[in-house]
Amino acid sequence: MIPTVFGLTLPFLIIAALTIAGAVAAALLRNLVHCALSLTITFAGLALLYLNLEAQFAGFVQMLVYIGAVAILVVFAILLTRGAGMPEYRSYSSNWLLGLILAAATFAVLTWAVTRSLPATAASAAPAVTVQGIGVSLMTTYVMPLEIVAILLTVALIGAVIVAMPESKKEGQQ
Amino acid sequence: MTPLAAFLIVAALVFAIGLAIALTRRNAILVLIGIELMLNAANLNLIAFWRFGPHPELLTGMMFAIFSISVAAAEAAVGLGLVIAYHRHARTTDLDTMTRMKG
Amino acid sequence: MSLLSQLDQIFVLLQHWVAGFFPTWLQPFVGTVLAVVGIVAAFPGIFAVTTVLERKGLGRIQNRLGPNRVGPFGFFQPVADGIKSLTKEDIVPFTADGLVHFLAPVVLVVAVFLGFAVLPIGRNMVLANMDAGLLFFFAIGASTELSVFMAGWSSRNKYSLLGAMRAVAQMISYEVPLLLSATVIVMMTGSLSTVKIVEAQGGFTGFLPHWYVFTPWGFAGFVLFVIAALAETNRSPFDLPEGESELVAGYFTEYSGFKFALFFLGEYLGMFSIAGFAITLFLGGWGAPFSFLGFVPSWGWFFLKLLGAIALFIWLRGTLPRLRQDQLMNFAWKFMLPMTLLNLVVAGAWRFMGEGILRWLICSAVLLAAYVLLGRVLMRHQKLGPRSYRYAE
Repeated sequence: MIPTVFGLTLPFLIIAALTIAGAVAAALLRNLVHCALSLTITFAGLALLYLNLEAQFAGFVQMLVYIGAVAILVVFAILLTRGAGMPEYRSYSSNWLLGLILAAATFAVLTWAVTRSLPATAASAAPAVTVQGIGVSLMTTYVMPLEIVAILLTVALIGAVIVAMPESKKEGQQ
Repeated sequence: MTPLAAFLIVAALVFAIGLAIALTRRNAILVLIGIELMLNAANLNLIAFWRFGPHPELLTGMMFAIFSISVAAAEAAVGLGLVIAYHRHARTTDLDTMTRMKG
Repeated sequence: MSLLSQLDQIFVLLQHWVAGFFPTWLQPFVGTVLAVVGIVAAFPGIFAVTTVLERKGLGRIQNRLGPNRVGPFGFFQPVADGIKSLTKEDIVPFTADGLVHFLAPVVLVVAVFLGFAVLPIGRNMVLANMDAGLLFFFAIGASTELSVFMAGWSSRNKYSLLGAMRAVAQMISYEVPLLLSATVIVMMTGSLSTVKIVEAQGGFTGFLPHWYVFTPWGFAGFVLFVIAALAETNRSPFDLPEGESELVAGYFTEYSGFKFALFFLGEYLGMFSIAGFAITLFLGGWGAPFSFLGFVPSWGWFFLKLLGAIALFIWLRGTLPRLRQDQLMNFAWKFMLPMTLLNLVVAGAWRFMGEGILRWLICSAVLLAAYVLLGRVLMRHQKLGPRSYRYAE
């Protein structure tokens, strides 16, 4: 059997620690590329948490989209905007204390709500979800959201290209 | 601690860290990273509720998470495109100096 | 059980036999470890053979002998190379980012090895029969891009960084056609599981197999998949990221000794895994090519096909010149992407046209017409003449 600590399985604890460590590192490190790389650890940890929750498809999609695309995109943006990604001179905003307090307050409220309001439900048996089932419901129940997402992605693609395109010759000559 | 509560607390922690990044860092790209983290934390919540909810076979939570992942990817692409465009214009990604509205 | 089917299942039986020495609760764990050890031992072995075959093959293509000093016909060359890379000094540049520099080759090799987990090497021979196996492979393949970036960036060398940026841009661009050409197979099989995809190609008409490559959309998909796979593994003619004449060795310029060997290993293993997937998706996996050859063990067919694919890759490397960056990108977005999208449509039409010669004619004609038209349009816009250079701002 999988060993447990405080009623939680050991794999969960390791993955959760990794996820949070990556997020904390992304918040604290000064070098932007290091931030992006530790963010990747968080994304991978979240994908593993999805797998831990038996959501295989969502976990692999998370890996494909976040590690394969978003992380690379972030890294490219960092290199395009900061040369070789040198450490910043001042990396925190002037009102960082306020932001930190707000974030801590949010976490406190969320934790309070989670610990207080949940009935102690035991984990039900793992649902048998096949990729085929996901595909079928994407094409039947969720076909409208799917189409909307398709339009959204196309719009985002075109929009991102237009926004990032070099300005036209006429403006460039000014 | 029940497994569901543990997942929710991890998600809350990731959300709080994302919020902290978005509120305290000066670099626009890092702020976007913080927003991505918050979205990811929400996805973890959705999938945890799907797994421990009464009707996992309906796939509602997982579908929500999958759509949310694709929307987040679009958001990242547009957001980073905007940051790059602004950088080309003003040579900075520092949010504290992004104070001009004139082009 | 007959001798032939025992030979077919020899590795599975071996695994069960060894696992049988352990207590029952340990057996699944031991079985998995044994399968992992098998994969981790077999594919680097093929890597060693491939390096010497590639050098000899390229030598023959270029009208020279290739390595012939170490052992009979130079076949112990990989051993000598291995000892050399193990005993060489491991140099880390003074300004390099130590941790990231160290992690990059590790991440690459781990990610590449993970890809083999869902590859069906023979009948009942797959490490993890996942429901979303194909998606797993592409998700893992996506994380090799990050290790390439890590290597290039952490070296603090402009050649490394340039090579890494080229590699990442190329891998992202060609991942789209790679995924889309594989999607055709998923559409026709109705499953993302690699085992089911191989099983769906198991039948025979007469003595010819039902491989997907023998259909119009399958053939087009196969060609597109192989082109995208070549680009994804940075093989010639898509080897700009490590173009020796321009960038020394690209993103792993600043690596030496064993870390360099790891990059080399990762690159070849990536080639094997993607060739293995091309075989799984289009060439019937471990299935026999003719119905009367079914007695040969399934893993034998898989490795024979893999060797054939490797030979094809070596041949292409010896034949084709390197592309330019703009040609590479134009080819990805203006030729590969429209062709893969059209192939999806054609596969859908094939599915609903019913049996008969008509669908063969229509599907082939549509694909051929698109190929000719796209080729013509691209050729017309190609400016042959003095090159115009564009510098980065």
